[in-house]
Amino acid sequence: MKILVCLSNVPDTTSKITFTDNNTRFNNTGVQYIINPYDEIALAKAVELAEGGKATVTVIHVGEADAEPTIRKALAVGADEAVRVNAFARDAWFVAHQIAAFAKSQQFDLILTGRESIDYNGVQVQGFLGELLAIPSVSIAKSLQVNGDEITVEREIEGGKEVLSVSLPVVIGTAEGVAEPKIPNMRGIMTARSKPLQVIDAIDVPVLSKIVHYDTPPSRGAVQLISKDDLAQLVNLLHTEAKVI
Amino acid sequence: MSVLVYIEHVDGAFKKSALEAVSFAKAVGTLVNQPVYALSIGEVAQSELEKIGKYGAEKLITVNQAELKQFLNQAYASVIAEVAKSVEAETVVLSNSFSGKGMAPRIAAKLDAALADGAISLPRLSGTAWTIQKTAFSNKAIATEELTGSKRVIALTPNSFEPKEEPTSITIEPYQPSLSPDDLSTVIKDIVRATNQVSLPEAEIVVSAGRGMKGPENWAMVEELARVLGAATACSKPVSDAGWRPHAEHVGQTGLAVTPKLYIAIGISGAIQHLAGVSSSKTIVVINKDPEAPFFKVADYGIVGDAFDVVPQLIEAFKTYKNN
Repeated sequence: MKILVCLSNVPDTTSKITFTDNNTRFNNTGVQYIINPYDEIALAKAVELAEGGKATVTVIHVGEADAEPTIRKALAVGADEAVRVNAFARDAWFVAHQIAAFAKSQQFDLILTGRESIDYNGVQVQGFLGELLAIPSVSIAKSLQVNGDEITVEREIEGGKEVLSVSLPVVIGTAEGVAEPKIPNMRGIMTARSKPLQVIDAIDVPVLSKIVHYDTPPSRGAVQLISKDDLAQLVNLLHTEAKVI
Repeated sequence: MSVLVYIEHVDGAFKKSALEAVSFAKAVGTLVNQPVYALSIGEVAQSELEKIGKYGAEKLITVNQAELKQFLNQAYASVIAEVAKSVEAETVVLSNSFSGKGMAPRIAAKLDAALADGAISLPRLSGTAWTIQKTAFSNKAIATEELTGSKRVIALTPNSFEPKEEPTSITIEPYQPSLSPDDLSTVIKDIVRATNQVSLPEAEIVVSAGRGMKGPENWAMVEELARVLGAATACSKPVSDAGWRPHAEHVGQTGLAVTPKLYIAIGISGAIQHLAGVSSSKTIVVINKDPEAPFFKVADYGIVGDAFDVVPQLIEAFKTYKNN
């Protein structure tokens, strides 16, 4: 089985989010980048499925050269090879076209993405990929099991879960529950250095949308502390002041 | 030209987020002076279908065939795109629910439309350029996105647009889509839905608890508070990681982002990753025994006290309020 894992390089979860150029661009000064946490789940699952030589794992990243530490980390975790499409990852539409262009020539059986990236929070790449490759896609998987040519997926739905089965090839967006993220060991880190990392050029994709401005959410006023002995006051404030009950 | 809105139902009952989507579509229709058509797929009773007229749609297109009884991502996306083409929709609106998230990019790709997912505001139009707001960086920012081209798909964040009654006389029109076998290749084996629980992504009130609860055996009071308020229950990441509560309840940067009217946090210190997922809540109440807990800095109301002492009293206080 050939597995492709799509990696996004995102600001660390503790990063302070600020903007520059008149609030039109994310300010990455001093920001530590990590593998998108949901993509780490996808990667861990792929490596698990490949155990004992049952599959090969290719990781792909669309981005500039500064993302290479993230890609090497994925190789250290256990991916066999990596591909970087050398371009600024403008948006999900652009990224999906790059991945689809690569995947078309390779016949992957299973394409995994994280359910969403924690920077732009689209849940887009998996669906775009499914459509561009004309294969099924499952957006938010909580568990997945491969049985031959078929894959059983538990998908999150409001207030519960849905179990579905789908034939390979398929694109799946992974969420918590699919696998535990793996930490690279020393051997992995050493071998990662010599694993292939291919850099390819991007294809042209028409622009359909563009972020033109960022705002930081309005801040709340100072907290109103209420005595634990006067909870009726809290109830009253929620009703009359906040008007939420 | 028209605005098409897909309305999602659960077991034949339209979801609140679907009604929000219809109202939103109506407001978009008013902006661009185009009629609003709604689309329902699957089995829904006539009386439920007629409800949609209350929210401003002129026509309700219904697709109801055996193969589409249950939600199928590809098939539903194909039907929505096909209907969008047949009514010459320039804008397709749907809810950014779990199913909506799966379909929205497929519909956009089929229509060569720009995709605005997680929209939280009505679009602004200047000439042919549309801009729309969405949350980014896990609620730490609001991004204004410009949508170019002649078509767009907008996936609306639940609880971000109030459904408004605007009665029109609605005509209901069945539609027979052409489905390809590829669209129907997914097989749904089982659906497990807790019927007595409020769905977390759409909940207006969320009662959330953290490690301050000390163990899973102490959740009864959290659930009781949620029951009294008609709220959904949620938890912090350490709690779901420890297996005290299911992952589906985890709200925060790497869990679910929620936008309720009222978020009550019990025994959660307020790590930056947790705040990211809840900071868009309208009102935040924090209960924590540590007065220095960072959560108090972003709360509207705070109670410094032990959860085991405060929560039972709070349940009584809300019960008294509900009874009056």
